[in-house]
Amino acid sequence: MRVGLFVPCYIDQLYPTVGRASLELLQKSGCEVIFLEDILCCGQPMANSGYEHYTTNKNYASPFLEALPNVDYVVAPSASCIYHLTHHLLKEELEQDKLQKFKEITEFLHDVKTNFVVQSYFPHRVALHKSCHGLRGLQLAKASELGGTAFSKIENLLNKVEGLHLVIPAQSDECCGFGGSFSVFENAVSVRMGEDKLKNVLHEKVEYLTATDMSCFMHLEGVFKENESVVKIVHITEILNSSL
Amino acid sequence: MKTLHANLSKEFLSHRKDADWHNDTLWFLRKKRDYAKDQLREWEQLRQAASEIKRHTLSRLPHYLEKFEQQASQNGMKVKWAWDGQEVNVLVTKILRENNVTSVVKSKSMLTEECGLNHHLEKQGFEVVDTDLGERIVQLRQEQPSHIVVPAVHLRKEEVGKTFHQFLNTEVGNSDPSYLAEEARNSLRRDFIKAEAAVTGVNFGIATNGSVVVCTNEGNADLGVHSKKVIIHCMGIEKILPGLKELSVFTRLLARSAVGQPITIYTSHYKNPRQYTKEYIIIVNNLRTEIYKDEGFREALKCIRCGACMNTCPVYRRSGGHSYHHTVPGPIGSVLAPFYNKEKNKDLPFASTLCGSCNHVCPVKIDLAGLLYKWRQKLTKETSQAVEKTLGFKASTELLKNKTVYKMAGKCARLKISSFVLKSSYNPWNKGRKFTDLPKETFREWYKRSNHEE
Repeated sequence: MRVGLFVPCYIDQLYPTVGRASLELLQKSGCEVIFLEDILCCGQPMANSGYEHYTTNKNYASPFLEALPNVDYVVAPSASCIYHLTHHLLKEELEQDKLQKFKEITEFLHDVKTNFVVQSYFPHRVALHKSCHGLRGLQLAKASELGGTAFSKIENLLNKVEGLHLVIPAQSDECCGFGGSFSVFENAVSVRMGEDKLKNVLHEKVEYLTATDMSCFMHLEGVFKENESVVKIVHITEILNSSL
Repeated sequence: MKTLHANLSKEFLSHRKDADWHNDTLWFLRKKRDYAKDQLREWEQLRQAASEIKRHTLSRLPHYLEKFEQQASQNGMKVKWAWDGQEVNVLVTKILRENNVTSVVKSKSMLTEECGLNHHLEKQGFEVVDTDLGERIVQLRQEQPSHIVVPAVHLRKEEVGKTFHQFLNTEVGNSDPSYLAEEARNSLRRDFIKAEAAVTGVNFGIATNGSVVVCTNEGNADLGVHSKKVIIHCMGIEKILPGLKELSVFTRLLARSAVGQPITIYTSHYKNPRQYTKEYIIIVNNLRTEIYKDEGFREALKCIRCGACMNTCPVYRRSGGHSYHHTVPGPIGSVLAPFYNKEKNKDLPFASTLCGSCNHVCPVKIDLAGLLYKWRQKLTKETSQAVEKTLGFKASTELLKNKTVYKMAGKCARLKISSFVLKSSYNPWNKGRKFTDLPKETFREWYKRSNHEE
């Protein structure tokens, strides 16, 4: 299976280890991975701020459209980018079956690579933050406000990690307060949301906090640092890719 | 570039204890709602049914409104139509004058709040008393409700104690909730006896039998309607439902979504006037046809005003209802507000992280986050924007689509001097957060290097 790896702008620039863990994980799952070097960004930062009309031009959509025929799937370690691609940028460009080819990485490992055995060792107490776009946008798990049977692709994968003690803090599926430019223009509310998140995580006495989206962590890491918290931040791919 | 909402939120949050209390109280309601929802296995089917009923009704709105008018008139109700808020106010004034009424008891109606009815009537010399306890508290303080279901949720009991002492002559410093409620009840009883007319809002209008349905937990609407000879129900055009069968879906959803109760305590159907009473229904448009005409936003008219989107919204809970500077706050309010004033309310669709929780709690499944996203695109084009904002996003657009510029910018950011600037207090990001340490190389650089070495 040929998979195109899309490493979003902010992960490329700020969290290269997440890109690396994603690449290695996909290889471990038996995929031929092609790094989609020409794709920089999905356009979400501008679009969510009201400037979608700057990004719908060929410069944003076309690299994805060009990459698609050469691979079976386009995978990214960022639910919010995949959500933006499939619900906004490419929604009018592609049929539903083609849009299905864009997958967030845990969704891909869980739903497509069903035979993939997680062989990972991470002997730590880890809290989970359920990032909104993965949770509500891509239904990686059932959000607490919805009715119906509970499920969680994220927890299914994490529960297979040896040594890992998973903790679900209070309000774990409440937004962290990032929200793109919201975090700058609405600084006070954003920071308070991050502080409340920290309070609930600290209550669980964990060593790490994990999530499917580094965008939440861009903001949370800053809030944690400001509050001199000892809780470390780790992306889910880094846990799934860690070994003895 | 701080918006009005951002400034008001900051002010609200600066009273930390009160803000935490506000957040916790509304989260408590959200949890009660979750519990109530879990008691019904068919919860998601109910939401789906409600959403489809509303969609159907909206698709034939003129038909159902005409049917409703005809039925209600046949029942002896006097049906009037009002194009906007001003017309509502004039109509109510006229009715009161015709019937020689000088004092009115009102039971909670966000619609009359939207029209500024209290203010108008008071200016015309009428005495108006809001009879919902929360509404009464904010009315005494000359404030607007900060929430559509719990209008005084922004106030702690101590503040209510002070307000009651000032206006109702209660004991100084006594803020015991039972005592305050008892005193409010005594005072309201006198108001109920004194008033000559009752004004109510309407939760649902039933097309097949022409009745209006009013849901309250305190029974205050009933006290007014049952004891007065002049009764006025103000109903937004979107409140219409085809029949009683459809209503049954909504009575199961409304209170559960709002506060986690199985049903509202009083769900009253008013169909016929009694002998010697005059009962009016004013059907109000007030810009609803503008929303109706805009197919992209029409579904906002499905809203049944349960407030669930406010209780779940992490931004609303932390910033308080008044930060939205519009009658209806929170996610649904931010969708409606720009219809009333694009320029003044252009900040509200941005007062959200688009987390989508509001979509999931909405009993009629309005795509609130989607509509906020849609507004952002429209408002950016149709209202004035700060030049630096537009330029900033224009630059980001160029930066993130051009590989050479992108790589260069990344390299520049990694320079010592840039890192100093990024971490300085000049960077707005660093208010309440610390900028992350930039890695030595990007993923691209690592990929190139490691593959090259191989």
